[in-house]
Amino acid sequence: MSEAAAIAAWRTLGARRAAVSAAALAGLAASFAADLATGPALLPIGAVLRTLAGINDDPMLAAIVLQLRLPIGLMAIIVGAALGLSGAVMQTILANPLASSYTLGISAGAGFGAALVIVFGAALPFAQIWAIPTAAFLFAALACALVAAAGRLRGATPELLVLAGIACLFLFQALLSLLQFIASQEALQMIVFWLFGSLLRASMTKVAIVATVLAAVSPLLLRDAWRFTALQLGDDRARGLGVNVDALRLRAFAAVSLLTGAAVAFVGTIGFIGLVAPHIARGLVGEDQRHFLPASALLGALLLSAASVASKLILPGTVFPIGIVTALIGVPFFAWLVVRGGAR
Amino acid sequence: MSIQANGLTVRYGAHVAVRGLTLAAHHGEVLAVIGANGSGKSSLLRALAGLVPHSGSVARRPAARIGYMPQETAARAALTVFEVVLLGRLRSLALKVATPDLDAAARALDEVGIPELASRRITTLSGGQRQLAFLAQVLAADPTILLLDEPSSALDIAHQFQVLTLLREATRRRGLTTIAVLHDLNAAARFADRLALLHQGGLLAEGSPAAVLRPETLRQAYGISAAILAGPDGCPVVVPTGVAA
Repeated sequence: MSEAAAIAAWRTLGARRAAVSAAALAGLAASFAADLATGPALLPIGAVLRTLAGINDDPMLAAIVLQLRLPIGLMAIIVGAALGLSGAVMQTILANPLASSYTLGISAGAGFGAALVIVFGAALPFAQIWAIPTAAFLFAALACALVAAAGRLRGATPELLVLAGIACLFLFQALLSLLQFIASQEALQMIVFWLFGSLLRASMTKVAIVATVLAAVSPLLLRDAWRFTALQLGDDRARGLGVNVDALRLRAFAAVSLLTGAAVAFVGTIGFIGLVAPHIARGLVGEDQRHFLPASALLGALLLSAASVASKLILPGTVFPIGIVTALIGVPFFAWLVVRGGAR
Repeated sequence: MSIQANGLTVRYGAHVAVRGLTLAAHHGEVLAVIGANGSGKSSLLRALAGLVPHSGSVARRPAARIGYMPQETAARAALTVFEVVLLGRLRSLALKVATPDLDAAARALDEVGIPELASRRITTLSGGQRQLAFLAQVLAADPTILLLDEPSSALDIAHQFQVLTLLREATRRRGLTTIAVLHDLNAAARFADRLALLHQGGLLAEGSPAAVLRPETLRQAYGISAAILAGPDGCPVVVPTGVAA
């Protein structure tokens, strides 16, 4: 292969990866339309699209699509993207395909924060509807800070950070159990329901908040894309190439805590997306992070949007908690992916 | 002199890995750093690269660009060889990769003789091919000083020969200053212009292969008794004959 041919081959590869992401985007659009069309009343897709475009004057239809289903459909996409992206960054900086905000206790931190407000929040001078997400966000950030601080103590090796994350998971789960133990019946029920994860609490204001965080953090992560790619070759090599590895990890942790905190604050604990979306993305577009990060976000959005559709179809008339759906559909799918990957 | 360490000391906690070492390497030469395990070779290289805290000084030209290649580790990343080489240009890489960076990567691949591997995943390469790819990565950055930690240790004899020949040629052609940690004394004698023998963090001997590879120094540094023979082209060949009493 000549020099020109090597460059051309790499450009072709880049174009193919962009095409994969474009296909995921098309799939996401289809899933979003299906999400708006499904529910207690099944709507024709054409009517849904006309309503979105503002060329439908059936007020009933407009109310269902724009006020009830649009916030939920958008929330699924934005939260899925945030979880997929944060999972991708975690797996990159920790050099561990099992890392995600769920497995490293950040979601558990958020759950504890939410439960804290549910149990003791009556004393707070804020409405619970905002106090719960705020506490969930703050405790997700605290969990992240704990893991990062453990890394600062003794050189931020990936192994140490993963261990710290798992310790964090156990700590917040224990604290959460403690809260559940002392909670009243009603509070307990609320905690359990929050932990299920649900998109039904979505509103356009909440969508806008999570979207703002996603829009603010994504460019910062993309700016480090090549440095993240270099980190895939190991800390030593990345340092030799000029990466300030410790600073990069810390920066990435801050971004992940913002993304995860914002994502889980309003919808509760949704596991698995952060684990499986990057896994699929890696197989499709490789680990050039300029492709890998956007693809992980897109696939996360697609997965959660599809799960939202599924949550309404399993038992007509009932919306299953989305956290349960993602795990029930996701786990067998993930197992299939892993087995297939191992056989290759 | 193109890079010089003066009274260089590297500590890890209470452990002193390099103690007060003074050493210089020159333009266009290959300097091999040899010594027993734990004698401070890797730490010396990392300190020269500015990757570990140290006391003493490292002097080099302000315009010097250092290419550092750590010891071989298994690469798990889902990256192609071309992407790995391109990462050598990390300091100038933008989201949209500029033509000079692409050209430099392609040239470096060509220089190490593996352009046909450009589109292969790095994980599918043999150890020898992988080492060539990482060598291309370091060369892609257009370094003036090369610091290589055991570039040939994991390789079979043919790949070892290939990598070290390439290194010497690149050093001459590009006018580099190359410092390489080598374990194989005979390879060091054959491919390096000068040797630096480290012992317990200090410099035990320095100079031409014939001057450094002597029975006394080898006994002191490695605890072996050895015969030094003359090779076919005059460079010394070390034959260990036993463990020194």
